[in-house]
Formats: sequence, structure tokens, C-alpha cells
Amino acid sequence: MLKKLARSVREYKKPAILTPVFMIGEVTCECIIPMITAKLINSIEAGCEMNMIVKYGLLLFVMALVSLSFGALAGMTAATASAGFAKNLRHDLFYKVQTFSFSNIDRFSTSSLVTRLTTDVNNVQMAFMMIIRITVRAPLMLVFSSVMAVFVGKKLAFVFVAIIPFLATALGLVIYKAMPVFKGAFKKYDGLNNSIQENIKGIRVVKSFVREEHEIKKFGVVSEAVRNDFTKAEKILAFNGPAMQTSMYSGMLLISYFAAKLIVSSGGTYLNVGALSSMLTYSMQILMSLMMVSMIFVMLTMAMASAKRIVEVLDETSDITNKENAVCDVKDGSIEFSDVSFKYSANAEKYALSDINLKIASGQTVGIIGGTGSSKTSLIQLISRLYDVSQGSVKVGGVDVRDYDITALRNQVSVVLQKNVLFSGTINENLRWGDAEADEDEIKRICELSQASEFIERFPDKYETYIEQGGANVSGGQKQRLCIARALLKKPKILILDDSTSAVDTKTDALIRKAFREEIPDTTKIIIAQRIASVQDADMIVVLDNGCISDVGTHDELLTRSEIYKEVYYSQNKAGDSNE
Amino acid sequence: MNKNRPMPPMGKSGSVPPAGKGGAMPPKGPPPMNFKVLKRLISLLFKDYPGKICVIFACIIINAIIGVTPAVYIETITSYILVGLENGWDAVKSDVLSSVLIMLCLFAVGISLAYLQARLMAIVTQGFLDNMRKRMFNNMQTLPVKYFDTNNHGDIMSYYTNDTDTLRQLISQGIPSIFSAAITIVVLLAVMIYYSVSLMVVVFIGVFAMMNVTKKVGGNSAKFFMRQQKSMAKTEGFVEEMMNGQKVIQVFCHEDEVKKEFDEVNEQLFKDAESANRFANIFGPIMNNIGNILYVLTAFVGGLLITSDGKLLNVSLENIFTAGSIVAPLSIAVVASFVGMTKQFTGSVNQASQQINSIAMAMAGAGRIFEILDRIPETDNGYVSIVNCRMENGEIVECEERTGMWAWKHPHSADGTVTYTQIKGDIVLDDVDFAYEEGKPVLHNVSLYAKPGQKVAFVGATGAGKTTITNLINRFYDIADGKIRYDGININKIKKADLRKSLGVILQDTNLFTGTVMENIRYGKLDATDEECIKAAKLANAHDFITRLPEGYNTPLTSNGANLSQGQRQLLSIARAAVADPPVMIMDEATSSIDTRTELLVQRGMDALMEGRTVFVIAHRLSTVRNSDAIMVLDHGRIIERGNHEDLIAQKGTYYSLYTGAFELE
Repeated sequence: MLKKLARSVREYKKPAILTPVFMIGEVTCECIIPMITAKLINSIEAGCEMNMIVKYGLLLFVMALVSLSFGALAGMTAATASAGFAKNLRHDLFYKVQTFSFSNIDRFSTSSLVTRLTTDVNNVQMAFMMIIRITVRAPLMLVFSSVMAVFVGKKLAFVFVAIIPFLATALGLVIYKAMPVFKGAFKKYDGLNNSIQENIKGIRVVKSFVREEHEIKKFGVVSEAVRNDFTKAEKILAFNGPAMQTSMYSGMLLISYFAAKLIVSSGGTYLNVGALSSMLTYSMQILMSLMMVSMIFVMLTMAMASAKRIVEVLDETSDITNKENAVCDVKDGSIEFSDVSFKYSANAEKYALSDINLKIASGQTVGIIGGTGSSKTSLIQLISRLYDVSQGSVKVGGVDVRDYDITALRNQVSVVLQKNVLFSGTINENLRWGDAEADEDEIKRICELSQASEFIERFPDKYETYIEQGGANVSGGQKQRLCIARALLKKPKILILDDSTSAVDTKTDALIRKAFREEIPDTTKIIIAQRIASVQDADMIVVLDNGCISDVGTHDELLTRSEIYKEVYYSQNKAGDSNE
Repeated sequence: MNKNRPMPPMGKSGSVPPAGKGGAMPPKGPPPMNFKVLKRLISLLFKDYPGKICVIFACIIINAIIGVTPAVYIETITSYILVGLENGWDAVKSDVLSSVLIMLCLFAVGISLAYLQARLMAIVTQGFLDNMRKRMFNNMQTLPVKYFDTNNHGDIMSYYTNDTDTLRQLISQGIPSIFSAAITIVVLLAVMIYYSVSLMVVVFIGVFAMMNVTKKVGGNSAKFFMRQQKSMAKTEGFVEEMMNGQKVIQVFCHEDEVKKEFDEVNEQLFKDAESANRFANIFGPIMNNIGNILYVLTAFVGGLLITSDGKLLNVSLENIFTAGSIVAPLSIAVVASFVGMTKQFTGSVNQASQQINSIAMAMAGAGRIFEILDRIPETDNGYVSIVNCRMENGEIVECEERTGMWAWKHPHSADGTVTYTQIKGDIVLDDVDFAYEEGKPVLHNVSLYAKPGQKVAFVGATGAGKTTITNLINRFYDIADGKIRYDGININKIKKADLRKSLGVILQDTNLFTGTVMENIRYGKLDATDEECIKAAKLANAHDFITRLPEGYNTPLTSNGANLSQGQRQLLSIARAAVADPPVMIMDEATSSIDTRTELLVQRGMDALMEGRTVFVIAHRLSTVRNSDAIMVLDHGRIIERGNHEDLIAQKGTYYSLYTGAFELE
């Protein structure tokens, strides 16, 4: 898994390797400095020989500058390496998602993809910086300081033999106890966020039912659960500081007592006052690095979960790819389904579509009617190869869709999705998704076709009107008409409307269909609709029921023989009523 | 997949107030130092946990003082050693031992206090976050619908997540660190003045240098961190939008364009993150080594003072006690411990300045949190309320128990009397004007009435103002001019909660809550029994599919009922309204997303639900409006036709062309 992640370091390998190298320099300096300090103190003790003080002072000064340079360099390379690594990770994730097929997308929810690209990458970035800075620094410091402590303090260094295991055990225990509590707490925290989100989205329901108090009470319970869990976890963590202090203080007392004894009894030959002070510094450095090691451990465990989620996306392979020597030319808009069966995932029990046989000639208008769950959407998504069939084949222009170059195919088969999205940007920008080169006249013409020009012209900024994210500032019907215009701009050979006029009033709906008939007669048009009126005049109407074709025919034919069609029709148009 | 923000219920699209340009970009308030916010935050903290905070601060103070004692201790030990070197170990052994024992006691106290402090801190931090979340949530619940319509939902969410997290950092680390560092510095200063004023001057020079570095590097770091936050928000917004539209991107083969755009935002984020982290990373080494250099300086000056042979004397308070004069030669032991103190001193300044980012970020976060806390709740000047009642001798009498009959209790302030009006569901709109935004009217002179038990249908093109009218009846928005009367009472006089309780609403977007199916139905009436809920589900035709769910009524629903179909969600929301049993129903295109076959089920359920109620219904479909007692045809915020189906068809006006004209066009 880590190998997979490491692949994203790429051009930042140099700073990533330089950081620990600089770190070694810094740590070395930091370990030498106490030794020089000891000499300095000894010079003071020895009656303040000025020339010695100046000598060691200058040396120390130089060491400080060297340490500073190494530290600063390591800091800068670490920043570049980690920020760069994060950039590459985001890049790889985003590019990966762009290769996803619909079924890949279905497997990850939108919000989980967003979290992976943001929060998870941030966590990994922090962990990465930790690794290249501290993971080298802390153990190195531990070793260097210990060596120096033995070197300077001789026998005194045995004090550490008692203290280090104590602190290591204490820190280990704290982590061992706290981690599971934290994990549980984070799960509850997700629940908390979920409940807030729900309330923001459903505020109209809350207010309509006057359930503010109820929601506040519910939220209180969730929020308190989070509080209790985190408090519990942090109470365990509360042992960390005191454990550290215990080690630090006992080390200091032991060292000072024995040092005093040794110095005095040896007459300052075995050990001196300067050594005492540097021993104290080394003991601090040793304990601090132990503390850091434990911190890294916690950080890494937390980042591990994020890393796993990132790799999950990177490992996902798109199940729809171009064949070699793919066909790039779509001859015409004819469609043929032969013995098509389809299910959304290989291990799904039920087929969404089974035994579909259907032939549509180029230029025909086809309506599709059927209840929810009758797989209308599944059917049309096979045409532009948004999903691959499980059995059988779908042919467009006489060629199996799997033999086409995907881009070429999708440029000729334009689908207006049921759950459609506009992007933040002007109307012009949004429409040009269909054709980047389209000029103003072309866009205007298309908008007239899709009955969108009527309301666009009423906006003060007309085609330059800014659309908010998700099209939040246009109504449902307006959004649908813009989406149709966007698809029309592609000038496709096949145009598919998946319930794309449901929020458009019947009159406009009829005008759109009229425009289709008159302006793009050669384009094959497939219309999924709830309203019979939307498909009534189609050349052919397909009635889907439970994933199977129940009947195919014209409006009049179906009215005489299809029970389902009749039922739908009469529920919408009471017999003998006005619209004959 | 496509979790769009809910559409503001606006009329013409031009009239929508912008919801934060560019989507997810939160309105990052003016950062850095806003001390007013910090002050307010701390006073809130004190209000919530006065006792514990005082104990914590006491612990910090005592611990900071204990933290300084090692310097004094080392000075003492060193002087014993010097004495010992002349007189032998036995002469100083007892002195050394007693010093060690004193320190042992002090340290024991320090460690216990540190543990106490950490435990209390855990309680206070998490408790305070909990309180802040609840405060925000409580206030959020009182905000008018307009707030939710005009603010990006992601931004509101981040108050609870990112911004609250900055508070956690500040309270658990920032404030204690800075306070502890400040105490340490003060105590060290005192000790230093006691030993040597001359050497302290040297330390001051160093501190001055550190302050400058902090200001420069730290200030830059904070600035870049803010910038990084901003880039991060931008990237997040972009990613969210693209992930939402991923299927559209594929359909239009727009991957390459999107990749290019992404690379731009990503590069910007990289640059900002790099600078921010650079400054943060080099801060530590710089501060650390200023400490080292200062150490050298102190030793150097100390050495000069000692070797000057009494030409340069030390100024200190200690001298008063030992030498009887404020100036006296400097002792070697003082220099030795002084250099140690210098290290500790610079360490403390370092520790305090490390917190700069966390404070700057917490202030920005707290600023936004206070912004939502300070938002003015929905105003409610209503005083007419709903009461249970029964008829006694033809008079309405208020009673406690549920009688299935309700009345408006209307106190008259003028003469102190109270009148009761039975709730029937008689609604009158009289010459109503309304605008979401000043100067852009959405409704003009709308007048209509619905007698109790009548069904009124609104028909018209998208944006004609149908949804707006329903928004006004339950006072999600307040009318600009005109009057709305409910059973003859101006709805402005009715308490909003009571008004809404009397109105059942089935919205276009169904929103279900995490919980079981049963709990979701019970949302309509919290004290409903299981039997009542099942009865309501049967009425709504939802019972069948519910019993087919894996755990029936106890099936848990998550993320807005993602495991149900749109139609099933709709059926549940009907059941939810049915259990509430209100006298007036508002249905906003309630059936438009259900396929026609399911709609038959829904239709029957709805007909049952409508029985004996006043109903306002918005629907595109003929079948829904056909049975209405009155149909209002709206166009650009005006009622242009009204009547029943037969009348309107006979009129051959807009209604006629809306529903039949479409076919005539052929």
C-alpha cells in the first residue's frame, strides 16, 4: 500500500531525500552543542578564562549557525516535498476518477470522493512531513544523545537505563489504551456531522412540523456522546505529560545527586560541572525524542486509515476502456439491442435488464414508458456505453459499442441525464460543454430549439448570466432546458432525453418536441418520460416492465393492446375528457 | 449521487440572492488578530466552567513556577559542588541530599498537578466544544428559512467541523501554552533580576530579537496559512462540484478540460501550502538557535564580568542580602545557572510563538462561529395559539385532553378578554404582494380563498410563483403587503409554531432522517403509538412496501433514505404528514417524481389524506388538479385564471392551452 502511495512522490523525491540528510546535520549539531556548552561552563568554573570563553563561545556560535542552516534547509525541503507529494496525490486521484466508468462512480459516493481528495490527502501530507522530518530526527537524536551521554557522563549514563524503559512503557500503554477509544469517537463524530447535514438540508421539514425542540434534543444526545468519547480518550492521554515529567524530573535529580557525588569525590577529574549541565541537556533530548516517537506512532496510525482510503481509489480500475484500433466514425443513428441482459455489478442477484431485443432506425423518435424500477435509465445508458452489457450486444450505426472509441461514440450519442448538473460559470460557458467552438448565433439557435432562449433573454445578463454551483439559481424547468441545449450543441446522431422535461410545463414540453421534429429530423431521438403526452407522437413507444420489454408499438396500437400503457394513459387522461 | 443544494423556492431566476459566489468558497472573514473575538470566547469559556478553569490556571501557574526551580536547584548544587571540591563530599552530602528531597517534594506536587490539569482540560475542552456545538445548533434551528436558502450548506457545515476544530486547538493547546510560557517568563525574569540585572540585559536583547523574528516569520506564516486555508476551500469546492457532475463530465467527454482546470487550482494550493509550511518549519530552528546564540552571549558577558577582577561589578538583589550592597562581584555559580535559565527563557518564548498560527486560525474560526450565534432568529410576534377544545352548550371550551377538536385561542390585549375560534381550515389571501429581494416582486395582488375542506390547485409555468404562495402561508417568508387570514385571523397574529402545526406540508424534495422507518413516520406526531403510525402508513399506501423491507417498520434509514426509491420516500413523507393529521395540507408537486403506476398508489393515499381537509396542491399533472374545487392559474406572479376544471376548459384560456393546447399545436 505504501509503495503505491510512494509512487506519487515523483519529482519531489529530491527534497524528500534531502530533508533527512539535512536533518542528520541538524541533529549532529544539536548533539555537539551541549558538549561545547559544557566546555564553556568549565571555562567559567575554572575562573573565567576569557580566551577559553571566547574560543568556545565562537565555536558554539558557529555551531548554532550551522544547525540553524541545516534546520532551515530541512524545513524548507520538507515543506516542498510534502506539499508536492500532496499535490501529486490529488492529481493522481483526480485523474483517476476521470477515467472512472459510471459503475466505478457508483461504487464511491460523491462525498466520500471529496473527502478522499481533501481531508485524507491532508492527513497523508502531514504524516509524510512527519516521516521525513521527525522519523529520522527522533531516533537519531535518541541514539546520538545516548552516545554523547555515555561519552560525557560515563557511569552517570546508567540513569537512563532506568528511565527510558519506564517512559517507553508508559507511553506505549497510553497509546494502546487510547487508540481504540479514539477510533470509536471518530465514528461517532461522523454521525454528528451527518445529523447536522440532515438538519440543514431538511430545515423545511423540521420547521413545518415544528420539530426544532425535538431536533435540538436529538442533537444534544449525539453531541454529548461525542463529547463523552473524546473526553474519555483525552483522559487517557492525560497520562502522557505526567509520565514525561516524572521521567524528566527523576532523571534530573538522580543525575545531579550522583554527579555531585562523583565530581566531589573525584576532585573534578572524573566528572566536572560542565558535564553535569550537558548531561541534563542530553537527558532532556533523549526523553523528548522518545515522546516524539510515540507521537509519530499515533499520527501514523491515524494517517493509515486515510492512506488506505486513497489507495482504494488509486487501485480502482475502470471497467470501460478503449479497444485497440477502436472505430472512430459513427455511421448513422441506428441502434440495435440483441439479446441484451444487464446487471449493475457482477455479484448482483437480479438482472436490471433481461433479454432485450430492439431495433431503432436512424432518425426515428422512440418513447420509453415504464414504472420506477422498470430499468428505463439502465436501457439507454447502454447505448453510449456508460455501462457495459452483461450479455448480448448493443450496436450503434451497425457497430458494437464496445468497438468504438469511447469519445467518438459519446460525441455522437448525447444523453441528457435524469439527474443533471450545471456547473458554476456563465450560461455560455455551460452550453459550450457541448461544443467549445460554438459561436453566439449557434448557441442562440440551439436555445430557441430547447425553448431556453425565452427565459435567458429575460435575464439582465442574458447568455452571460452566472450560474451558481449545481445551477442553484435557475428553476428545475430552466435547468432541464439548459441541459437539453447543452446536449443539442453536440449535434449528435442520437439524442437521448432521460426524463429531461419533467419539470417543464406541458406546453413548453410540446414545443421542444416540435422543434426536434422540425429542426433535427435526422437525429435519432429517444425520450424517456412519465407523461404519455411526451411520447404519444413518437414513431415507436417501448413499454418496459421490470427490466423486460413488455410491448413495442405506436400510441394507438399500445392503447388497444398494452394493459400497462392503458393504465398509465387513463390515469393521466380520464376517458371522454377534453383532449381528444 | 447528485446532492445539489436544494433550490431556493424562488420565482423568476433573476430574483435569487446569490448564495456565495463560486460555491464552496466560505466567506473567510478578515483574519488575523481580532482580539474582541478572543475576549468573548474566553469569557464564554469562563461562564461555562468557572471553577475548573480557575483550577486549571492555578495548576499552570504552580507548575510554571515549579518548572523554574530546577535552574535555582542547579545553581545551589553547583555551589555545593564548589564547596565540596574544597572541603570534601561529607561536608556537603547532607546539604545536597536535603536539596534533592525538597525538589522531590516539589516535583511530586508538580506532576500531580500536571495530571489534574490534563484531566480537567480534557473535560473542559470537550465540554466546551459540546456546548458551542449545541449553542450553534440551537440558534441555527431558530433561523428563518431564508438563511438556509441563501447560504451554502457546505459553509454552514464547516462551522461545526473546521471552525469548531480550531477552537479545540486553541483551548487545549494554544491558551495553556501561552499562559504557561508567560508565567515561566515572568518567574524567570524575577529570578534573573534576583541574581544579576546585568546579565538580564543581555537576555533582553535576545528576547527583542526573538520577538522581531516571531513578528516577521510568524506573521508571514500566519498569513500564508490563511492563504492555504483559502486555496484549500477553493480546491474543495472545485472537487465537490466536479465529483457531483462526474457523470455529466463523462457524457460530454469533458475530462481533459476539467483536468486542466483542476491542475490550476491544485498548483495554487501547492504553492500556498509550500510557503505556509516553509515558514512554519524554519520557525523552530531559528528560534532554537537564537537561544543558542543568546547562551553564548550570556556566557561571554558573564565571563567578562568575572574576569574583570572587580572592575565590572554585578548589579543584583541577591547582593543586598549577601554583600549588603546592590553591586558586587559576580559569582561563578550564578553564571552557570544563568546560562541554563537563558535556555529555558528562550524555550518559553519559542513555545509561545509556536502558537501563533493556531491563535490566528482560532480567531478566524471563532469569528465565524459567533457570526452564526449572533444571527437574529426568526421573529415571532404571534400571540394566538392552538388549544384542545370541546363544545359545551354550543360554546367552545378550552380543555387539556386531546379531543380531536382544536381552537385558536385569541387573547385581546385591549380588553383582556379571550375568544376562541374553532379551527376549520378556512384560508384567505387578500391582495398579497411579495418579493424575495427588494425591488423584484414575485407575487402581485394575489387574492384567493379556500373554504374548509376545499382543494385548491395551483397551476402555471415554472417560476410563476406557485411555491412562493405556499411559502407564505406557513410563514417561511413574510408577505410584503396584503393579508393572509386563517379562520379569519391574520396569520401574523398566530404563533408561528402553532400556525405550522396546523399545516401539513409535503414538499417537492423529500427529506427523511436517520432512524427507523417508524421513527420517520412518527416525526409527524411524536407521541403517536405504533398503531397510529401503521394506520397512517396504510392510509398513505406505504404499508405494503414497508412490510417488504428487511426489517419492516424497524428498518433503519440512512443518508436521507438512500436505500429507498424516490417513490417510496415520497410515500413515507405522506405517511408522516398523515400521522400529524393537520386541518390544512400543502402539497408541493408532491407526486411529480413518482412514476405513474406508483402515483396511482400515492393518489389513493392522498385522496384519503385530503378527505375533510383544506388542501393546497401544486402539480403539473392533470390528474392531480382535476378533482380540485378551484384551480388558480398563475403567470409571472399573478392569478390570471380561476375556476374548476370544467369552467377553465370551457374558458379556453391559458389553462386550456397548458393542458390541451400542447396537443393542439400539432
